[in-house]
Amino acid sequence: MNTLYEAVIERLDQNNLWQFPGGVHPPGQKERSNTQPIQRMSIPEVLYVPVKQHTGVEGDIIVTVGESVLKGQPLTRSSLPFAVPVHAPTSGKITEITPQPSAHPSGVPEMAITLVPDGNDTCAMLKPLSQYQQLPKSTVIEAICDAGISGLGGAGFPTHIKVSPTKPIDFLIINGIECEPYISSDDRLMREHAWQIRQGIDVLNYLIEPKCIIVAVEDNKPQAIEALTIACQDSEHYRVVSVPTVYPAGGEKQLVQVLTGREIPRKGLPADVGCVMFNVGTCYAIADAIFSGKPLTERVVTITGSAIEEPQNVWAMLGTPVLHLLTHAGYLPHKQQEQHVIMGGPMMGFTVTRLTVPVVKITNCLLVPAKNELPAPEDERACIRCGFCADVCPATLLPQQLYWYSKSKEYDNAEEYNLFDCIECGACAYVCPSEIPLVHYYRKAKADIRNLRDEKDKSDKAKARFEARKARLLAEKEAREEKHRLAAQARKQAMEKSDSGAKDKIAAALARAKAKKSQSTENSESPQSTAQEKKAQVQAAVARAKAKKAQTAQNETTSADKKAQVQAAVVRAKAKKAQTAQNETTSADKKPDADTASNNKTSGTQVQDQPEMSDAERQKREKIAQAIARAKARKLNQQNSSGDS
Amino acid sequence: MLFYALLSIGALALLFGAILGYSAIRFRVESDPLVEQIDSILPQTQCGQCGYPGCKPYAEAIANGDDINKCPPGGEATIKQLAELMGVEPKPLDAAHGVEDVKKVAFIREDECIGCTKCIQACPVDAILGAAKQMHTVIVDECTGCDLCVEPCPVDCIDMVPLEPTAQSWKWDLNNTPAGDIPIKMVS
Amino acid sequence: MKLSLRSSPHQHVRRDTGAVMRLVCYAALPGIAAQVVFFGWGVIVQLILAITTAILAEAAVLLLRKKSLERTLSDYSALLTALLLAISIPPLAPWWVIVIGSVFAIVVVKQLYGGLGYNMFNPAMAAYIMLLISFPVQMTQWLPPQSIAENSASIIDAASVVFTGFTLEGYSIAQLQVNADGVTMATPLDSVKTALLSGQTYSESLNSPMFNGAAGKGWLWVSIAYLVGGLALIKLRVISWHIPGSLLLAVAATSLMFYAVSPDNFASPYFHLVNGSAIIGAFFIATDPVSASTTPRGRMVFGALIGFWIVIIRLFGNYPDAVAFAVVIMNMAVPLIDYYTQPRTYGHSRRSR
Repeated sequence: MNTLYEAVIERLDQNNLWQFPGGVHPPGQKERSNTQPIQRMSIPEVLYVPVKQHTGVEGDIIVTVGESVLKGQPLTRSSLPFAVPVHAPTSGKITEITPQPSAHPSGVPEMAITLVPDGNDTCAMLKPLSQYQQLPKSTVIEAICDAGISGLGGAGFPTHIKVSPTKPIDFLIINGIECEPYISSDDRLMREHAWQIRQGIDVLNYLIEPKCIIVAVEDNKPQAIEALTIACQDSEHYRVVSVPTVYPAGGEKQLVQVLTGREIPRKGLPADVGCVMFNVGTCYAIADAIFSGKPLTERVVTITGSAIEEPQNVWAMLGTPVLHLLTHAGYLPHKQQEQHVIMGGPMMGFTVTRLTVPVVKITNCLLVPAKNELPAPEDERACIRCGFCADVCPATLLPQQLYWYSKSKEYDNAEEYNLFDCIECGACAYVCPSEIPLVHYYRKAKADIRNLRDEKDKSDKAKARFEARKARLLAEKEAREEKHRLAAQARKQAMEKSDSGAKDKIAAALARAKAKKSQSTENSESPQSTAQEKKAQVQAAVARAKAKKAQTAQNETTSADKKAQVQAAVVRAKAKKAQTAQNETTSADKKPDADTASNNKTSGTQVQDQPEMSDAERQKREKIAQAIARAKARKLNQQNSSGDS
Repeated sequence: MLFYALLSIGALALLFGAILGYSAIRFRVESDPLVEQIDSILPQTQCGQCGYPGCKPYAEAIANGDDINKCPPGGEATIKQLAELMGVEPKPLDAAHGVEDVKKVAFIREDECIGCTKCIQACPVDAILGAAKQMHTVIVDECTGCDLCVEPCPVDCIDMVPLEPTAQSWKWDLNNTPAGDIPIKMVS
Repeated sequence: MKLSLRSSPHQHVRRDTGAVMRLVCYAALPGIAAQVVFFGWGVIVQLILAITTAILAEAAVLLLRKKSLERTLSDYSALLTALLLAISIPPLAPWWVIVIGSVFAIVVVKQLYGGLGYNMFNPAMAAYIMLLISFPVQMTQWLPPQSIAENSASIIDAASVVFTGFTLEGYSIAQLQVNADGVTMATPLDSVKTALLSGQTYSESLNSPMFNGAAGKGWLWVSIAYLVGGLALIKLRVISWHIPGSLLLAVAATSLMFYAVSPDNFASPYFHLVNGSAIIGAFFIATDPVSASTTPRGRMVFGALIGFWIVIIRLFGNYPDAVAFAVVIMNMAVPLIDYYTQPRTYGHSRRSR
């Protein structure tokens, strides 16, 4: 069902594009903010730089409270494939590393680095890669990752993952659609920095090697189209395509469909149909990162709405609180009935929970509507099944059915009607004559379904663990009984032989003694029903750990002796039965304890200091890791080295 | 005449009986044993608040006719599902076994822990790690919040802390944002 | 500062349910005007009666159900239901017919099912069928088009007939039904049906003075007026073309099939389209969103099958016209149609069922 490459090219040549089903035409409102050049703002008094501003995992924080940082200095480090670092947007001092209200509809506090700018805006050393074509691709990709670039369009997917596709790419699509009303940040960027966007595209071209590059811009931005056409005129396989204005043409799936007639398969990626898509802002940031070595620390944000005195576009440092932007553009709170600020556009944006919420990599717009501009919908009326929603749904879903099922919490049915294929574009709720907040119902249902799935996974896991534990306890019990039986048998045999002479008598006595001994062993530990051997091992391990701790603390003066001693204890512990092991362990415990009591104390305080030094979560994780290592009591050497850190 | 009527009715009865009997065997729907189905509805906290040592035993008890309203961790939702499965009326949760509460996990105040291993032995799902005389810790992802470790702790260093909502687990309840101590008008 | 939180989208079109229903009512105005011209003021009397009754009935039920009166009444759905019922019944039918019909439509067919959005059947058509079955005599007393009727009734006359059964001069409905030539008039569908049953051919049956070609005099203009209103609705995107288009096409196709086989025994497609309530049914009745199919393909199927049933019931049923029956029959099939006509979702190879 993939449209052939040649067919796509042919239609592109004729400017005869495909259409996606549905779509709506909300009033554009872009002219409010797109007439003036992008402005520079003053440096805010404080910046909250969230550690995670993209889809994926956060990097490791590599700065500490009190540290002074320079503009462009990395604050986190990418240690995992889906981690993208963040950088200091300006020079200043880090005053806090704590969770702060996040740029998310829930406002759930997320870890952020609070930076108080010193006002000098001193820049760190930048390392441009101007001759990138001579470098291996991996170096360029690494540079993109280190510059902290993730998609600036909305999803915030790490760019360094996208630029290394595993499948051959026919079309590199540059998304300059910006289909949401009010927003004009990409529009301004394209008009003013078309050449730098072009440079970014060149880098992408080098990395991805597509057959064709399509720069898609909606036809309501003629100046942007013109600027990009001029910027791209010298290269034949760069096509600037004007796309009919309809919301949500800028959605990744929809744009792929409009330009190529191909559909990204369910749960698939654009690469599955030979496409890969980048926002124009991302291209700009890539050019910055490669040609001037500047990491991503600022972006264009539209500040608009009737409650803003001077709607405009600004360069905002990532981490700038919303309030600073609003103040810059002149916020008129009295024009609003209830104060609310939308981050993003009127169709998919969300209301921020506080004005301290920071601008992040995916923030493209702050929309502050006046009283009657985007009136809050009245209470929903009954659905009249008019089907307007189905007519406008770009994913050809049946929003109505999804609504019934989401509302009545019949989640199986909702999933059957492909709830998870909903892109939450809001077209259905936009046209609904009964003013039903359809998307809100879908989001709730999706969140519920995800949580239910998690719960189900968790309960399955708990069940498995419970049953494993039961089985283990049972096996231990049986093993114990088996031992009892064997001991009794030995005793019986000894009894039988008891009358066969003096020698035998001695043997019998010995046997009895042995039997007694083993029995007493059993009795002594029977109340505690855990595995004796494991316990012995654990305790031996504990002994070793302590010994080692003491040893390192003592600067290894008497290390050889003690180590030998402890090691001997371990060997014994392992070899012998539980009771012996226990005795040995306690003795081994006591010795180092007695010898180095003070040292132990210091090491204890060290451990307590740690939470303040690095973030609590990492610490906890480390502790768990240590605990696991200890409990497993395997690989004793490894454990010792890491356990003392 | 009457004889023929009786005969034909009888023959028909036999025939239909045979068809019914055959289809009952031929088209039988294989289903999980009842206990398994009940067990899969229960929340698997293994907390024993129902009075049985774990969820499976309670599932067996329900299958044998015990009340369905003895599971506080599952709460209303579980009772509703059980009622549907068992074909009985849902009842309110039996308060004798506890009340429905927010999801919690155990948290060991680690500097107070004396390493007695008692909680480890109490944990039904092996979610506590540690060794004798060593600090213990709870594997948060594995903890079912069953409470069973709190009681045995000799130094009371185990707290049940409510699970913090995250951006991922947030259920789009705009009246209840985790960040919000701010009054909000519900719009939708 | 207090910030209020809202869920996206924050923007909405300013066309709520009430506006949609009002637009449908406006679109019916040309048709109503044509009906007044050709069938007299009775239509207006019926409309006033129907709307008053329907709104009172709706208000009463809402009070009982403790729902907001203003909010629900302002969706104008009761008004539209009453309007559709009023223009469907004979203009000079006794007052209690329309009153019973309106109450039945609102209370039983709509509110007892849970109110707007939950009713399975088209309220106006279900009420029409109830009336037709319960009061066949009153429900078939159609007057001849006014231009050729002997006694043209004024609005006072019409009201008098509706309420008392007699005009101010004392003529009864039966007397009004007689035309200049002393022939009792009925609807075109009726007269052709009767003629065919009495052994005449289709073309012979058109010789009756009430016909003008194959279209009943007046009926043609009424149909055209409703067609204009219906097309306006499509233009305004209040209704989609799927249902009316497929319905009319199906009426034409089905009747053509029979007409082609035996032109003497069956009426032509043109006859079926312009006479009776095919047009008004296609644009105003079958498109009732609540009880119609909602998927695009489903709407085509829904409309086509209504068209098919209209012709079949007209040709072989006991009643001359069949829009109400066809619509109600297909209302029952809507869940099934919806289930089997789900569109392919973006990115899915095809529906996996």
